[in-house]
Order: sequence, then C-alpha cells, then structure tokens
Amino acid sequence: MATAIMHAKDLREKYLVGRNLPTIWCSGCGIGTVISATMRAIERLGLAQQETVFCIGIGCSGYSSRYVNFDATHTLHGRALPVATGMKLANPKLKVIVLTGDGDSMAIGGNHFIHAARRNIDLTTIIFNNGIYGMTGGQYSPATPFGALSTTSPYGMIEGDFDAAKLAIAAGATYVARSSTYHAQQLTDIIAGAITHPGFSVVDALCQCPNHFGRLNKQGTAAAMMRGYRDQCVRVGPTDGTAGEAAGATGESAGATDGGSMPVARVDLDRYEGTGRIPIGLLYKAIRPELTAEYAKVREATEASEA
Amino acid sequence: MASDNANNRWELRLSGTGGQGLMLAGLILAEAAGVVEGRKVVQTQSYGPESTGGAAKSDVIISADEILHTQVARPDILLCLSQEACTKYAKDVRPGGTLVIDPLFVRDIPTEAHGLKVVEVDATRKATELGRRVVANVVALGALVAVTRVVSRQAIEAAVLARAPKGTEDLNRRALQAGYEAIQG
Amino acid sequence: MTRRLLLGNEAIGEGALAAGVRFFAGYPITPATEIAEFMARRLPAVDGTFIQMEDEIGSMCAVVGASLAGVKAMTASSGPGLSLKQEAIGMAAMQEVPCVVVDVMRVGPSTGMATLPAQQDVMQARWGTHGDRGAIALCPSSVKECFDLAVRAVNLAERFRTPVHLLADAEVGHMREVIDIPERVEIENRRRPTVPAGDPSFQAYAGDADGVPPMADFGAGYLWHAEASTHNARGDLASTDHVAAAALNRRLIDKVNQKAKEITFYSERRLDDAEVVIVSYGVSARGAAEAVEMARAEGIKAGLLTLQTIWPFPAHLIEGLMGEGEAAAKLRPQGGCPKAVLVAELNAGQVVIEVDRAVRGRASVELVGRHDGRILAPADILARIKEVR
Repeated sequence: MATAIMHAKDLREKYLVGRNLPTIWCSGCGIGTVISATMRAIERLGLAQQETVFCIGIGCSGYSSRYVNFDATHTLHGRALPVATGMKLANPKLKVIVLTGDGDSMAIGGNHFIHAARRNIDLTTIIFNNGIYGMTGGQYSPATPFGALSTTSPYGMIEGDFDAAKLAIAAGATYVARSSTYHAQQLTDIIAGAITHPGFSVVDALCQCPNHFGRLNKQGTAAAMMRGYRDQCVRVGPTDGTAGEAAGATGESAGATDGGSMPVARVDLDRYEGTGRIPIGLLYKAIRPELTAEYAKVREATEASEA
Repeated sequence: MASDNANNRWELRLSGTGGQGLMLAGLILAEAAGVVEGRKVVQTQSYGPESTGGAAKSDVIISADEILHTQVARPDILLCLSQEACTKYAKDVRPGGTLVIDPLFVRDIPTEAHGLKVVEVDATRKATELGRRVVANVVALGALVAVTRVVSRQAIEAAVLARAPKGTEDLNRRALQAGYEAIQG
Repeated sequence: MTRRLLLGNEAIGEGALAAGVRFFAGYPITPATEIAEFMARRLPAVDGTFIQMEDEIGSMCAVVGASLAGVKAMTASSGPGLSLKQEAIGMAAMQEVPCVVVDVMRVGPSTGMATLPAQQDVMQARWGTHGDRGAIALCPSSVKECFDLAVRAVNLAERFRTPVHLLADAEVGHMREVIDIPERVEIENRRRPTVPAGDPSFQAYAGDADGVPPMADFGAGYLWHAEASTHNARGDLASTDHVAAAALNRRLIDKVNQKAKEITFYSERRLDDAEVVIVSYGVSARGAAEAVEMARAEGIKAGLLTLQTIWPFPAHLIEGLMGEGEAAAKLRPQGGCPKAVLVAELNAGQVVIEVDRAVRGRASVELVGRHDGRILAPADILARIKEVR
C-alpha cells in the first residue's frame, strides 16, 4: 500500500482538538507517536470522521480522550472494551477503536479483553504498551518484565508477564500485530490493517515511558529507549497487514483459504521465547465468524419466522 | 383475609416433587381462572436448587376481588403428589378444606388433616395408562376441578390446551377426562 | 390489549420493550435471569440486540456504550450484581447516559439467599456509587407495576439522561398475575441537539433549562466527548477546576432532585382519617394493604401509602401525611396528623430512616421489618398496628 505522507500540521488540525493542546504527556513519551500512527492510518483509509468513534480507558493513554477530534468516551479503568462492545453492537456501522494501556487491558481489564477476543467482535484495540502504570507514578503492570524495577516492585518484578500478542491469539483475536514507536511506519501499517480487518484486532504498540519505567530501570533517554526497540525487535511476517506467507513461520500457515477458522497468517512466536528478541509485524490473522455479522443473521432469522 | 368461597375466593397449593409438572399445573390453573375466566389471580412457587427431585410447590390465589397479600398460608385445597409434601403441608389446610392425594406416593395422612375432605386420585397410574406418565399433573388438575369446581371445565381445558405442545392436544384432553372420571368412581 | 398471565420479571421485559429498549446486556443471576432470557428471545425480532457479557461489570459498561450510540439500553441483576456495577453506574451518571438498571432484590449480604426476597438494596441504589448525584429508583409491588414502572423507568432515563434503578424484589419478580398489555405506551426520547452537527455552539454538557444537556448519538457527527472525569460544559476534562466541579456536581444533583414531585408515583389506601399510617413499597405493600383491611374490619383506623418512587425520596408526601403542604389536600383532605407511622420493609430499616427524618417528630415512626427471606405476614403487621395506635 502506498504510504501517503500527511503533513503533521494538517493531521493535527483535522484529527486533534486544538484547544486542548499541548498534550500533558511527558517529553519523550511514546504515546504521541502511537496516536499519530493511528491518525495517519485513519487518514490513509479515508474513514468517515463522523462514523469513527473511540472508546478510551484510563491511564496516560487515556488522556488521548481530550485530544481526538472524534466522538470519544473516556470510560473506566479496564472497561473500554465492554463499552465498545455495546456501542458496536448497537450500531455496527460505526468504526470503533479502543485505546487502552497494558494495565488497563490486561490487568483490571483482562477479563473483558479475553472475552472480546473470544467473541471476535469487530473492534480495533490499540494497546499502548509501556510496561508500567505511568499515570499513577510507575507501578508494575502485567507487562512489566521479570526483574524490572517499579515503585511497587522496588526489589525487581518477581511475577511473570503477559505477552499481549500471545494472550490475544489464545483468546481468539483474529488479527494480532505488534510494532513499536521506533518502527512508526510499520505501526501505521498494522493499525490500518487492524482497522480494516473484520474481527477483533489487537495492536500491541510498544511505546516508551522514559519518565517512570525508563528512569527506574536506567534506560536513558527516550531516544535510547527507542533504539532499544530497534535492537530488540525483529521484523517478521508481512509488513502491510495483508494475508500471505509469514516470513519466519515454520511451515504451518500461508494461503489457507477455507475461510473457516484456519489462520491466513501466523508467526511461530515460540521460537522467540528466551531469545531476548521481540517479533514485530503482523503476527496472526484469521477469518472467523464476526459477532455483529452473526447477530444480524439471528435477527434476520427471527424476523423471518415472525413474518 | 378469610377464605370465602361464597365470595369466590380460593387459595390452592399444588405440591410434590420437582419434575412432576406442578409448576406448570399452577400456571395452567392461574391462566384458566385469570385469562380465560377473567378473575384475579396470583401464582407463586418454590422449589429446591435441584433440577429434578427435591420438594416443589405451586400456589394459586383466585379471587373476584383485588388480591392483596400474595402468599397462601392456609390453603382451601391442597394437592399432594408426594409423601413429603403431604406430611409438610396437610396441617396448613383450612378446616373443612380439601386434600387431593395420589395414593401411589401418599400413604400416610397426618392426623392434623382429619376433618378435611380427602380425595384420592390415581393420577400417576392413570397417566401411565394413557401412555405418558408426564401428564399426571393434568389428570390431577382434572380431578381437582371436578371436586372443587374452582374453575369451569371449559376454562381448565382451554388453559391446558393453550400450553400443550403441538400434537399432544388429544392426550391432554384424555388426561383431563381421566381426572374428572377418577372422582366420580 | 393482550391479556396474559406474566411473571413479574417478564412484565419488566415487556414494559422495557414497549418503551423502546432495544439493547440488553446481562449476566445470569438468580432471581433476575428470566429478564435476560426474555430479552434474548424477544430482541432480535424487533431489530434489537441481546448479549450475555462475561460479568456484571461488562454488562453495565455495554449498556452505557449502546446508549451512547443512541439505543435505549437496560441491564438486570440482583444485589451481588448491583454491588459489582456501582462504578459503571457512576460512569453512566457522570457521563449522563440514559439507561435502566433492574435489581430484583434478594437477601444479602453477599451471596445471601439467592431465591428469597428482600428489600435491602434501597440505600445501595441511592448511595452505592461514590460521589454526589441525584438518583432515581422505582419499586413495583405487582406484576402490572412491573410493566408500568419499567416503562416509566425507561422514559425517566431518557428525560433526565441518567441511570434509573428499577428495584423489584424476588417475590414480585417471580410471581405471576394477569395483566393487560397495551398496544402502545407513552414514550419519551432523549432530547437530541437542535443545532446541526459541526455547529460550534454545541456544548456536550451544557444543561438546558431543566439542567439536562441535549444528547447527540455517537456517529451523528457532533464529535463530542463523554467524559467520566470532572468536566466543563463543553465536555473537556476539568479535573482540577473547582468551579467546573461545583457546577457539574450541583447540576447532576439538581436536575433530578428539583423535579422530585413530578417523578413521585405512589398509591394510597384509606389514608384520610387514618390514625396509624403504614408506608411501604414492593411486595411488603401487598401484605400491608391486607393488614390495613383487616384493621379496618376491626374498626381500627389504619391506612397505607405505597411508594412507587423511592428515590428521590418523596418527603413532600410524608409532609402531606402529616397534614401539611401541598400533598395534604390529596392524602389527608380532612387534615390532621396520624398518631403513628409504621414503615413495612424487608430489611433492618432503610426507608424508615428517610420517613423518620421527614416526619420530624410529628408522629411516632417505627419499622415493621424482617430480613430472613420471608415476606411480612399481614397478621404481624396488624399486631404492630395495634401496638402503636
């Protein structure tokens, strides 16, 4: 897909609420890059601004509710997904995008996350994954790596952490991709693919929190943290969000066309276990019955039988 | 408020074991009186957590006037399809009330029930004879209506048929009839 | 009109559908599950949507989301579920999202008695969610009222842009009575903006003359923000703005409370010359009505005020019972103050607190209560009437 480059100034004017700028985010915070990628994806896809709506959780990424020039609801901690579920079911014509953090989606929101994935409801969930609870001052989240320091793991994190992509796939999400703020172009591509995909899409967006995570774990500047993404992440799979043979897959995916529940793209994530490398790109895509489409069939069937 | 059949007010309790169709029987009776005959009704029920087995009861209040209190404390008519139910509820029946029992299950009538009109209805056996043990509740309803005339036969038949699954209308009519005849015998 | 024998819970469903509810999200819980099952069966054929969510919180949040999209939405649960929903109810109140929350009350605390009735959630409906807001709660005491008050609840939610509680109890929810279902009912819809989408004068949270902001559907082009943090009239987050906070909190309280008289529904029995007045609601009002008739048959001057609106608490009706204020003309045309007030409820005393406060010592106020899973027996209420007269 061609990548049209929209001038930042025009992007801002169209998609952000000027009177609420500048943002509150710290200098070097990665959230802005993810927001920018989201807006660029929306622009590239030519989505109708009136019919694209946001359900937003609580946390640093939650503050985006002030800035997005769309119908947006700033919901409760962990609860953006069920709000989005009701909204999408009530009006399936809406393009519903969920902005959530790693704690918001996988700690307090964990139950809603796995069930929204299981239902394969056509929502796009963007996880602003900085591995920390930034808004409240730097506590650990289910995405904080083992050994990492936080204000509530002052001796190092001793719990395991979720791989958001694996969790999403296991729970039933049919489009799962990951990228980072360093790989901003890829991030835009996978967000566009996520929005287009007719099913539950998850984008695990690695974004740096230099002020809390970075400082506590001596990761240096925001730029240094982004270079860290560059060094740690390894590109796998197609980069444009389309179906196709996933590079790095161990022979089990590629081209399955029965349209049932066979994945049309799948990266073997286990091979990156323990390597210290993080696979990024489109990691999983499948076509399975989507909730609002299935419910429409139920309506047709009952209305027909009543007639 | 005193039960007053002269004023057309009745309190009924249908009791037995879960799975005997007592909930449905209570519903049918309430619909016969309330929907078909246009009288006031309140129907309540209770049962244990088990899906089958366990104690079950379905109460129906029928009145020409507004029904205030919603529960049956002293039934005029008690139907018992299990020994446990009879042992438990017979003492609650008003003096001069009617106790309808299925002798297949109810062998002992508590001493407190002396003075009640006791009617034996072989509901379960008759239902089995008809080919479907599950209509024992309808046989019992037929007998109950024949003895007490709490609702008209037309009303109970209309209510039974409205609830009968397609294809079982004839079976249900015969079950009601078996109930009427069980009393005459 | 269709005459049907209906379960109270089914009548709630019928009323909601009649009033235009087209979205239901819920979770199975005794004794409310029949409402979810009813909605699952009936909504698809009327172009509505049913979903069983993963938990009670998800259900409440889904209801808020659907209502933001412009669809009338409802959920139903019991005490334990209501406890779980409190934060999300607060979100609905704060974001001013119309919705109905049915609570078919059972004995608590905690898991309690799943199948048996209580009226222990009255205060929870008022104060369960943190923060200050005006709350609306209606209580049916018959299957007909289940239908009628469900309709009212939906309409009030639309009118006031707020969650409305429908507090049934396990007895009323699980009893059957015959009701005539009307062909159609009076329906109220949320006021949508009068200015077109994109008009810069549109402010998402600027209250109209009644303190209720017009509400745009998400997707209609108004690009507004529903904000659960304290916000200003435009809907911008204002979480350190004391002036905005004072105004917002005030408006959330006043928009409901100042209209209390208009949304007070009740019925009465033999109040005019009553020396002992019972105040009751829900299933307890049925036993209380019977007790009043029994008392009158013995020559005792007893009367009953049945509240259908519990919140905002109708203190003006209590004034009327005392023979004062506007309501006195209707409730006590002969004037005069009763000697004693008994509040009959299935708890250790919740509405009695409000009644006592409103009576202000002009009559004795006592509770006739129980909280053991049984309902109040008329004979027990009659015994208390005799004690206090």
